[in-house]
Amino acid sequence: MSLAALPQPELEETRAPSADVVGVKRGGWFVRLTILAVVILWLIPAAGVLITSFRAEGDVDATGWWTAFAHPTSWTLENYRAVLDAGGFENALLNSLAVAVPATVMPVAVAAFAAYAFSWMDFRGRHVLFVVVVGLMVVPLQMALIPILRLFVDLDMQGTFLGVWLAHSAFGLSLATYLLRNYIGSLPSSIIESAKIDGADHFTIFWRLVVPLSVPALAAFAIFQFLWVWNDLLVAYVFLGGTRETRVVTIALANLVGGRGEDWHLLTSAAFVTMALPLVVFFSLQRYFVRGLTAGSVKG
Amino acid sequence: MSTTATTRPGAALLLRAAALVAGVVAVVLGFQWVFDFLRDGEANRIVIVLVAIGVGVCGVFALFWAMDRVVSWLPERGAESVRPYVYIGPALVLLAVFLLYPVFNTVLASLKDGRGQEWVGLDNYEFVFTDESMLRSIRNTAAWIVVVPLVAVTVGLVFATLADRLRRGEALAKSLIFLPMAISFVGAAVTWRLIYSYRPAGFGSNIGLLNGIMIGLGRDPVPWLSERPWNNLLLIVIMIWMQTGFAMVVLSAAIKAIPGEIIEAARIDGANELQVFRRITIPSIRPTIAVVTTYMVINALKVFDIVFVMGNAESNETEVIAERMIRWFFISNHDGRGAAIAVVLFLAVIPVMVWNIRRFREQEAMR
Repeated sequence: MSLAALPQPELEETRAPSADVVGVKRGGWFVRLTILAVVILWLIPAAGVLITSFRAEGDVDATGWWTAFAHPTSWTLENYRAVLDAGGFENALLNSLAVAVPATVMPVAVAAFAAYAFSWMDFRGRHVLFVVVVGLMVVPLQMALIPILRLFVDLDMQGTFLGVWLAHSAFGLSLATYLLRNYIGSLPSSIIESAKIDGADHFTIFWRLVVPLSVPALAAFAIFQFLWVWNDLLVAYVFLGGTRETRVVTIALANLVGGRGEDWHLLTSAAFVTMALPLVVFFSLQRYFVRGLTAGSVKG
Repeated sequence: MSTTATTRPGAALLLRAAALVAGVVAVVLGFQWVFDFLRDGEANRIVIVLVAIGVGVCGVFALFWAMDRVVSWLPERGAESVRPYVYIGPALVLLAVFLLYPVFNTVLASLKDGRGQEWVGLDNYEFVFTDESMLRSIRNTAAWIVVVPLVAVTVGLVFATLADRLRRGEALAKSLIFLPMAISFVGAAVTWRLIYSYRPAGFGSNIGLLNGIMIGLGRDPVPWLSERPWNNLLLIVIMIWMQTGFAMVVLSAAIKAIPGEIIEAARIDGANELQVFRRITIPSIRPTIAVVTTYMVINALKVFDIVFVMGNAESNETEVIAERMIRWFFISNHDGRGAAIAVVLFLAVIPVMVWNIRRFREQEAMR
């Protein structure tokens, strides 16, 4: 069976380059000014952090960050060095990575298999189970913390990476299954059927056909889950702990905020260190994020 | 694929069973060894992290592959009826252990005392609905779940509609609004302290932007975060800042999917821009608006980090339900009360879910 011969589903965006879309009236100065105003409003807080993180300690404390350009201040990288050295941030960054990567891949994989079964396999209880899976989306994860904590202590899994991975996977799983079922279920049934006729088993169809075709949706959810896990404070704090050895970046940052409430020069550079990786992930993959997440739902 | 299974059923089955047991034992022992290594404090941290990532990522695929192989060893008819459950099994197990079990557990705990030993009936619920701080948290949460979705969806919708008209820079403008999504709640708290920071006279100069503006206007600086009740709104602004990007991006994609012909036809019939927006854009993307709003309401209901990190919730009267729950569970160590608050939080989501299910049904009936 050759994959190239199969009809490709519409994964590319169907809309024309936006300049030529029928019916879209181009905006004048009003549109541009409004957009500009909102963007500036949204950027002001982040600009404050960025500027403060490069200012010397004395300056940060003496004058507001918005005066940095007016007055001659000494710009410095010292804050970043201090955070990365003294704050124990290297360890926290490594821990965050060890938590976030598997905690992103695992729910995507588990949800993709489940979504495939819900879409293309026939079994008893298919609809009921799907409703249950989606319905669990509303359980606030805070509700799960204490019982799971007890369970982990009993199983001797408290403070292990495996525990945090499983917890993050489970908390992201409802949404993932729901979104991926939407997408995988909307793939043309003709290609799945013809693969079956050619003798492919379910594992082959899933692995060689469905996964490659679902890359936009998978990538979209993966980014979303990565941002969420990386930025999570609560789950990591409860299941992994806040000691210097085991804490993740958000906890290290929270300690910095709590411990030295007014050390702005350190707080801001620490904040930027934690933001850096999610920003890189987001900017490099945002095309998928926007397109994939809505691809299944918009077509209805 | 099971082809040889029929030749000598008895011996073959026995052999397979033995191989299966051996395989399971080997996997368990292997995992044991790996996780012991991961817990070893002496080992090099980078190596530990790399091993952890490798095990976590490969493990999940290996699990599915192995399970699929095991199922394929079964007689053909059995295999095909078992296989679907193998595919959805891990998802169901995870959800049952991590979500379904805690729901029951929390309901039970909410009927017991602080240490989870004596049954106390509905005492904890009485506390939830009589304690002054709790009642405030319920009122504040109500404000959160109204204001956050309303403002975030409205701004997101207007921004997406206008950005659609830009000749250039649409992607950049949208990225910049989405940017705060990539920031943690803790990072956001740091960010916004630089806006709200206040120092009384004699304790150094004010470095918060808002007080900088006040001073620039010749007024006295204000302790923003303890200005009741408006300090709640100042915290809500932080969440709006973070979440509008998500609403905007999803709504923008829905707007792009509206067929241009419909809009063109409306214009030819003499509709102005506002009419097109109200009569065509909004009705066309109503399902997406509903999904985004639901997501925002559930998120606002669960908000805890912002309030927690900005500090002094009680004296500033900025408590929210989820923040109270964390306090009682982890700081005051009263499990019964924490659990009762959690149950109330869960019950609060039910109307949203009922509305959603009704909407799904209507949608399916229309297809």
